[in-house]
Amino acid sequence: MRILVVEDDPILADGLRAGLSLTGATVDAVETCEDADHALAASHYSAVVLDIMLPDGSGLDLLRRLRGRRDATPVLLLTARDSVGDKVSGLDSGADDYLAKPFDLDELAARLRAIVRREGGRAAPAMTHGAIVLSPADLSVTVAGEPINLSRREFAILAALMERPEQVRSRAELEERLYGWQEDIESNAVEVHIHNLRNKIGKDAIQTLRGVGYRMGTGR
Amino acid sequence: MRSLRLRLFAILLAATGIVWLAAVVWIYVGTRDEVEHVLDTRLQEAARMVASLASGFDALPGASTSAAMQPLGSYERQLSCQIWSLDGRMVAKSSGAPDQQLSPAASGFSDRIIDGEPWRVFSVEDADHNLRVMVGDRVGLRERLVTDLIKGLMWPALLIAPLLGAAIWTSVGQGLRPLRQMAQDLGAREPDDMRHVETERAPTEVRPLAVALNGLLSRVEAARRHEREVTAFAAHELRTPLAGLKTQAQVALAADDPKVVRGALEQIVTAVDRSSRLVRQLLTIARLDSETVDAPLAPVAVGPILEEIVAATPRHERTTVTIDASVRAMVLNTNADCLQLALRNLHENAMQYTGEGRVVWMARGNAIAIEDEGPGIPADELDQIGKRFFRGRLRSPIGSGLGLAIVKLALAKVGAKLTISNREGRSGTRSELTFDV
Repeated sequence: MRILVVEDDPILADGLRAGLSLTGATVDAVETCEDADHALAASHYSAVVLDIMLPDGSGLDLLRRLRGRRDATPVLLLTARDSVGDKVSGLDSGADDYLAKPFDLDELAARLRAIVRREGGRAAPAMTHGAIVLSPADLSVTVAGEPINLSRREFAILAALMERPEQVRSRAELEERLYGWQEDIESNAVEVHIHNLRNKIGKDAIQTLRGVGYRMGTGR
Repeated sequence: MRSLRLRLFAILLAATGIVWLAAVVWIYVGTRDEVEHVLDTRLQEAARMVASLASGFDALPGASTSAAMQPLGSYERQLSCQIWSLDGRMVAKSSGAPDQQLSPAASGFSDRIIDGEPWRVFSVEDADHNLRVMVGDRVGLRERLVTDLIKGLMWPALLIAPLLGAAIWTSVGQGLRPLRQMAQDLGAREPDDMRHVETERAPTEVRPLAVALNGLLSRVEAARRHEREVTAFAAHELRTPLAGLKTQAQVALAADDPKVVRGALEQIVTAVDRSSRLVRQLLTIARLDSETVDAPLAPVAVGPILEEIVAATPRHERTTVTIDASVRAMVLNTNADCLQLALRNLHENAMQYTGEGRVVWMARGNAIAIEDEGPGIPADELDQIGKRFFRGRLRSPIGSGLGLAIVKLALAKVGAKLTISNREGRSGTRSELTFDV
């Protein structure tokens, strides 16, 4: 999951970046509506964590602009106001979920997983492909019931492929899912991770379409 | 009377009643005069008629009664007639006429009391035939005639009176309907419904009330909006640091990497420092708010206070602070605590916003000014500056949005004023404190 955090308080933004990274997400953080607009235009995010009161405007306006562009990226609103009226106006502006500050980090992560899952059209929390079962909630993967130990990047790549098993993901797409802006990407990082993944979950589990990208194997 | 409707009803009813009474009196007087006149003429005619008839007979029958006299209901035997000879002998009289001579007068009108009853009599003398004819009627009957006429007028009026009362009551109710409608509309409103009352279609008399009400609604709405804004800003400024603290604490608990744990703990320390500052600012505001009396004034040397503040406030290593000689030597008749609060908050602001650059404190007349080389304040935010919890687009990470509010409050206590502007020709803010002499 690649998450955009729009929050102007540096300590909270830093906490969200660190905390969501622990749950396997790649996090970019911006402080203003303007930067958020640019980030959303430049990259694809699995979800956005959006503060309502931002220095250069309201997060709700940002949300309306986003929905106005027919961008369906799931958005979770963070706000200091927790009256019913505020919740209603937030959800009616196009938000997928709502959390009042101060919130619980685990709850935030769970709600993010839920809205991302719903956006992908899946109801079950775990993703299954053949004998492979991937559970985003506890970052676990099993193959035929056997637990498999994956690194954070490997898990992220497998999750990206299993979201839509028949769809081909390009290397650039996977890199975008894997790395935030600040991180340096080695040119063959994705290949290395795919290689390791195949060693752990089976040679045929991931198909390579030369020059196009990767998708889950159809052999089983 | 508390009810407008009842009051209007009473006034209208009283006015109608007075008009009616006046009409009745007028009709009564007019009718009485007219009846008097008509009946007097009739007496006169009757007397002359009898005289001319009597002169036609040589011998009059004795005191005989006229059989032709028919009862005439309540007005029967209204007229009485006597014929006397000039030597004082009664020749004839009509039936029911008293035996006593009706009038002592030889001719013309006269009023007499006969058997305790007032009479009106007309006499005609016919010297040729040795006759005196007297025709009279009872004044009581005359008055009854007038009274009956008036009664005849009054009865229908009395029957109509309740109808008229009902009509007035309903009309007044109808006339007051716009008021009632307005009251109903206002009464049925939700507490936060601040829509204006319709004034276009309101009657002229109600419009001033509606306009005044709309003015009040606007003011209440503005006050509520301001309150909501402050509450929203406050909630944001108070809950965001808490959210940061909790998140960092949960990161520290969940992370295995010692580097991540240490980072989170350091962030927690910073967050607690900022929260402490926020609490201090809040307490200062609460104290300034609760002190209702103006601070006592005394001569205060500005220089030492400013030097202490500058020395105590941490600054960017490339920021230089200059305290101009003019302000060093300044002595103001003010309150030392309030002055210190204002100067410290302004100095802290300047330190937060100026990186590499100069900050200068100076004096001009009764004003102290500080100029920094920070980014300045966006023009559209200048009038919002100083609102509680308001932090502009160019907020500093450790600000609470309370500093300038504190400066304003503290200065108000000593009758001084804060003016904030952007410096001309270069970036930076100029804050000026103007003190009354």
